Amino acid sequence: MGSQGGFYQSKEFLDLVKSIGEARSKAEEDRIVLSEIETLKRRISEPDIPKRKMKEYIIRLVYVEMLGHDASFGYIHAVKMTHDDSLLVKRTGYLAVTLFLNEDHDLIILIVNTIQKDLKSDNYLVVCAALNVVCKLINEETIPAMLPQVVELLVHPKEAVRKKAIMALHRFYHKSPSSVSHLVSNFRKRLCDNDPGVMGATLCPLFDLITKDVNSYKDLVISFVSILKQVAERRLPKAYDYHQMPAPFIQIKLLKILALLGSGDKQASEDMYTVVGDIFRKCDSSSNIGNAVLYECICCVSSIYPNPKLLESAADVISRFLKSDSHNLKYMGIDALSRLIKISPEIAEQHQLAVIDCLEDPDDTLKRKTFELLYKMTKSTNVEVIVDRMIDYMIRINDNHYKTEIASRCVELAEQFAPSNQWFIQTMNKVFEHAGDLVNIKVAHNLMRLIAEGFGEDDDTADSQLRSSAVESYLRILGEPKLPSVFLRVICWVLGEYGTADGKFSASYITGKLCDVAEAYSNDETVKAYAVTALMKIYAFEIASGKKVDMLPECQTLMEELLASHSTDLQQRAYELQVVIGLDAHAVDCIMPSDASCEDIEVDKGLSFLDGYIQESIEKGAQPYIPESERSGILNISNFRNQDHNEASSHSLRFEAYELPKPTMQSRIPPASLASTELVPVPEPMYPRESYQTPVPSVSLDAGSSELKLRLDGVQKKWGRPTYSPATSTSNSTLQKTVNGITQVDGASTSNSRTRETYDSRKPQIEISPEKQKLAASLFGGSSKTEKRPAAVHKISKASSHVMEKSHVPKYSMEVASEKTASVQQPPDLLDLGEPTVTSTSPLVDPFKQLEGLLDTTQVASAVNHGSIAAIESPDMMTLYADTPAAIRNSDLLSGLSNPSIINMPGDTTTTQPMQSSKGPNLKDSLERDALVRQMGVTPSSQNPNLFKDLLG
Amino acid sequence: MGIRFILMVNKQGQTRLAQYYEWLTLEERRALEGEIVRKCLARNEQQCSFVEHRNYKIVYRRYASLFFLVGVDNDENELAILEFIHLLVETMDRHFGNVCELDIMFHLEKAHFMLEEMVMNGSIVETSKANILTPIQLMDKSS
Repeated sequence: MGSQGGFYQSKEFLDLVKSIGEARSKAEEDRIVLSEIETLKRRISEPDIPKRKMKEYIIRLVYVEMLGHDASFGYIHAVKMTHDDSLLVKRTGYLAVTLFLNEDHDLIILIVNTIQKDLKSDNYLVVCAALNVVCKLINEETIPAMLPQVVELLVHPKEAVRKKAIMALHRFYHKSPSSVSHLVSNFRKRLCDNDPGVMGATLCPLFDLITKDVNSYKDLVISFVSILKQVAERRLPKAYDYHQMPAPFIQIKLLKILALLGSGDKQASEDMYTVVGDIFRKCDSSSNIGNAVLYECICCVSSIYPNPKLLESAADVISRFLKSDSHNLKYMGIDALSRLIKISPEIAEQHQLAVIDCLEDPDDTLKRKTFELLYKMTKSTNVEVIVDRMIDYMIRINDNHYKTEIASRCVELAEQFAPSNQWFIQTMNKVFEHAGDLVNIKVAHNLMRLIAEGFGEDDDTADSQLRSSAVESYLRILGEPKLPSVFLRVICWVLGEYGTADGKFSASYITGKLCDVAEAYSNDETVKAYAVTALMKIYAFEIASGKKVDMLPECQTLMEELLASHSTDLQQRAYELQVVIGLDAHAVDCIMPSDASCEDIEVDKGLSFLDGYIQESIEKGAQPYIPESERSGILNISNFRNQDHNEASSHSLRFEAYELPKPTMQSRIPPASLASTELVPVPEPMYPRESYQTPVPSVSLDAGSSELKLRLDGVQKKWGRPTYSPATSTSNSTLQKTVNGITQVDGASTSNSRTRETYDSRKPQIEISPEKQKLAASLFGGSSKTEKRPAAVHKISKASSHVMEKSHVPKYSMEVASEKTASVQQPPDLLDLGEPTVTSTSPLVDPFKQLEGLLDTTQVASAVNHGSIAAIESPDMMTLYADTPAAIRNSDLLSGLSNPSIINMPGDTTTTQPMQSSKGPNLKDSLERDALVRQMGVTPSSQNPNLFKDLLG
Repeated sequence: MGIRFILMVNKQGQTRLAQYYEWLTLEERRALEGEIVRKCLARNEQQCSFVEHRNYKIVYRRYASLFFLVGVDNDENELAILEFIHLLVETMDRHFGNVCELDIMFHLEKAHFMLEEMVMNGSIVETSKANILTPIQLMDKSS
């Protein structure tokens, strides 16, 4: 509280902060901020505001934005403030700019110059302030303007500057990896910086680089290991200690990097074992930060080539986490467990109860983490319990994002491990019922296909049983209010295909239900369409089987309504239904054969069956068919004549353009928005021709006059043109539509009706063994019992998996992974236990091959100079961290050591130059912009308040 | 990327400091802050200090009336971020002396300066309190 009302803060500011602080509601806060906005708007543009006052205004603007209101009226003042001489004022200006603007904001161009100037400042704090802004506001376009200076700063005498320069390069890498690809060696060099802060910062870009391309950095393993070792041995300055842990954040970053480098690389992993083991031993497990490092160790251990000793330590830590009372530690424990389980699945067993506790915990975060773990340990033996739990939870939450995720996981697990089809369908029903609108439509199609195709076994009774059980479940579910659209589609389709197939339900009952659906969801046209088609199928089957069809009155009303529907699709379906009902049994059976949804549809793309008809027509004097390509050309020309008074010669050119209407639009606009000077030299054969052809006489006058004038007109035309160019573009698109449309409308409509016919013509039968049903039912009942149930199932699963594991213990980890990948590749087929043997063979081959590959590359890499330098230097330099008092001696030593790196530098920069010059356009671009800015008087040295008024006005 | 944003919010849900490491529009920020603050404020002391939100996680810690919320990517070490928050508070404590909500409100820019030293491009770059505070102290002296 002592600092309240520090220096230079006006009463006004204090009052503002106080009133915001005391605001009791959002509405009150909004009122305060709105009146503040009014005040600021008035004050901030007054002339001759003292610096300090202005700084305060800017901070008040920051408040305005922070509390959710627009302060864009003041942005320009923040930009202006970055030019100030006073460091504090300047940095506040920079801060405000980074908070207000994004990298593509128009005002950025006004600070590029200032940043460039500040990067050259003698005051290192100014340089740091500028680098902060570089890290936030420089986009791909402006990188070339900054890059040379930033690279120079990498060897700045002040460590704070080197650190920020590294981060600026990191940012450039994010924005445009190619812009700094030639500078990667700098990251390696800075890793050996004698300042631990710079080294620590360098780990950030290196982590990203290694994530992208592990193999190029294998040579650094030894360096990272030796750095980590020294950090763990407390050789860094005490200032980096946190709660008695030596530089824990650096340790964590290093462990993350090692995890990447050691993944699937036995040799690299072996180099890490000692240091990771040391950290396991040294970590203080009573503090949060100690546990954070331990957790990172587990992540590392579970990523690198497995080592039994380390796995044991990891398992110990995990059990301590899980036994802890702290929810945070339990959470970390569950996460760690799900990582380790891939390598040693048996460790989950001892934590069953803890896992169940976490699953039962009211804390959502913990519960979700546990679901993640369960998801990773799902097998065909425990899939029922797990998926059941997931669905129960899914039903209870409202968070759509997570609901989607968990629904897709249920689907994935069910597709992968479903013990029975019955179960699969019931599970899918639940998922659809409760999260239908969040599920990918493909899942619905898969389900329909599954029900139609049966399960590949030649057991027709089982299939038909399954179908009738599906029908029954759907009829039951239809009683529920508000079902998701996707689910309704599945229901309608299945009812249409199989509703009356087993004779249990009468046609009038099913059609009644379908009419109810169409009525209840009358806003959903897709559902209605499905319902109508289902109706048609039911009636068709009735007719085909020789029964007399009486349409229900509600059905008739529905048809009357749909015959007049605004939706052509619905209308067509209704008319088709009408026609089908009027046909005789034989015709109907041909159109809609029952149980034919899985028959292959032969599509005669050439429409050869029409040949006779065509021949006949031509003989009668009809016009022969003109192929699409020729016909569209003709259409183009005629359209052009009408719309644009184009010469016929232009049609070929135009025609090309129409195929990609959007790109041409874009490319037409940029030349307009760019400075006209650039427009002229750029060799773009298309535009000149076009622009010369299209203009009406008045425009051609402009073309005749000097280029300077042309440009000026060009600006106006830009504004005048929109009516013109959109016109052409719309004509393009409509043209295209008509061109494609005509043919496609034909094609589409025919193919549509064909597919529908064939769709309708699908149908199989139904039958299912009652034992299967009972089994599934008992499993479902069982799962809802209590916690003990899942535990028991886990045990069973464990036991069975043990049997499997014993037979090939070392392969197991591979198996899990391979099962995953295999399942991704061929989703629905992984149902049996027969799989593992198949999958386990291929992964067995792979890792060795991988290893061989890795070994080769590491050997090559270590031969490269960089590698050896880094490897040799880093340990030496790192030892220097240890003795801080002898800093002077160190720096001598270091200057000796770092010489090579300095010598290297010029080499690097010279190589950079050609690279940049090859990037001509960009550099030129920015230079020109700079020039423009300078012309306008925005050079920081001579501020021009008038300019800003202009800009503001 | 790691850290996506750092927020300080009081227990009434009013924002006291907001720093984003990816660009969001004013409306997006407003919506996001509202959503996650509601989520975090509804939790009790025993529950995890981590909350999943959309496709990232929020690590939060409460100090008296003030909540510190850090949005991180899913592969970030939550416990370390939790301690990072504490480091930030310790650093502010060292500078302001027994820091409180009002200190941050009256010296918003300084709180931001500290963050600028500690986090760049969404990564933790400096954890030595001396290194973090030196530039701020030098600036205080020179002005």
